[in-house]
Amino acid sequence: MGGFVSRGFRGRRRAGAEQATRLPPGQYAETGFPVLTAGPTPRVDLATWRLTVEGLVAGPREWTWEEIQALPGSDFEGDIHCVTRWSKLGTSFAGVSVDTLLEAAEPRPEASHVVAFCHGGYTTNLPLEDLRGGKAWVVWEHEGAPLPAEHGGPARLLVPHLYLWKSAKWLAGLRLLDHDAPGFWESLGYHNVGDPWREERYWGD
Amino acid sequence: MGRLSWRLATVAEVRPETARVVTLALEVPGWDGHLPGQHVDVRLTAEDGYQAERGYSIASAPGSERVELTVERLDDGEVSPYLAGELRPGDQLELRGPVGGYFVWEPGRGGPLLLVAGGSGVVPLMAMLRHRAATGSQVPARLLYSSRTIEDVIYREELDRLAAAGDGLAVTHALTRAQPAGWSGYARRIDAVMLEEVGWRPGEHPLAYVCGPTRLVEAVAGQLVALGHDPARVRTERFGPTGVP
Repeated sequence: MGGFVSRGFRGRRRAGAEQATRLPPGQYAETGFPVLTAGPTPRVDLATWRLTVEGLVAGPREWTWEEIQALPGSDFEGDIHCVTRWSKLGTSFAGVSVDTLLEAAEPRPEASHVVAFCHGGYTTNLPLEDLRGGKAWVVWEHEGAPLPAEHGGPARLLVPHLYLWKSAKWLAGLRLLDHDAPGFWESLGYHNVGDPWREERYWGD
Repeated sequence: MGRLSWRLATVAEVRPETARVVTLALEVPGWDGHLPGQHVDVRLTAEDGYQAERGYSIASAPGSERVELTVERLDDGEVSPYLAGELRPGDQLELRGPVGGYFVWEPGRGGPLLLVAGGSGVVPLMAMLRHRAATGSQVPARLLYSSRTIEDVIYREELDRLAAAGDGLAVTHALTRAQPAGWSGYARRIDAVMLEEVGWRPGEHPLAYVCGPTRLVEAVAGQLVALGHDPARVRTERFGPTGVP
């Protein structure tokens, strides 16, 4: 369909070249932080909050809120991309690297995929490799303040190199598997991988 | 699954709904149909090749002759002022879809239905109500719809007609900013008391669909859960500061 032009459409005048190179195809820069959730926001009590790493690991691990806060911290500063087309450039989160959690639980050699599961029942799936090597975090602070409940607080997964539905809110744990197992949106028409730079939004993209 | 391809749609009709809202009736060759509640991606291309894409809920029922999108013009928006201000019959735009597999309803999914809308959040719910009417569904349904003023109510006359059909649909309006003389309905934002008065009891196990601005949806979904409704039967769609569904 090359060559089509929308009569009379100019578009917002583009920001600088830097912003243009930071925006994946089909995305626009958003200064706010929109909320996209399929259901009610779960209210999670910090007193009973636990994060587990289980499945194909040498030793399943569980952290309380106090215990996870005591782990070596790790920050993310950069860009996030939602499949509904907004990107938020130059934002920051603080928490712990998923590497730290995996090292504690010791993935077994046959572990190849992960299902992130959440309070409220949400799930999303990722290759284990997408969670290792400094590419993923469990975060509880956004831009210096506690992560609000509507954005996934107390703690959410953050996998900024994939569309944001992979960064599961209200994270309860990670289950390591020897096979891929599509999660909530991945079963409802959204892409299994979700790489914004390849514009993997929907099935078949 | 094949890739959802971009299709060239032609604007057949531009229908004003309110001062800020229009419905675009589109001819989409090869359209495969949709489920009520699904949306489409719209892509605009400027002469220099710059493109902007956004998602919009489908307002029409499956099986309608045309695919209808109802768009609210956001003054600081990039795409909605074009769709709801510039487009004329005969113009074309690119779209692909339908997408979204969760915020959807068909009669077979049962009820009773509780639909709660804020502003243009009524659009996907209207697709459900139109489909319900078109299929002769008897699933009991209640729509609670919050607007700023009576002039801001989208689909007002059609909702009146649907509610008057006597097929088990009740429509309740809340006007938050101004009310016409003699208004006896709700004159405040949706709250828990209103949801109890208008909605179903938790024991009736309604299926709830809530769509609107983030603040309204956060509040209503939280109130429904607090009233004892099953969170798994409360489906939500929020649109953020820029109106993205």
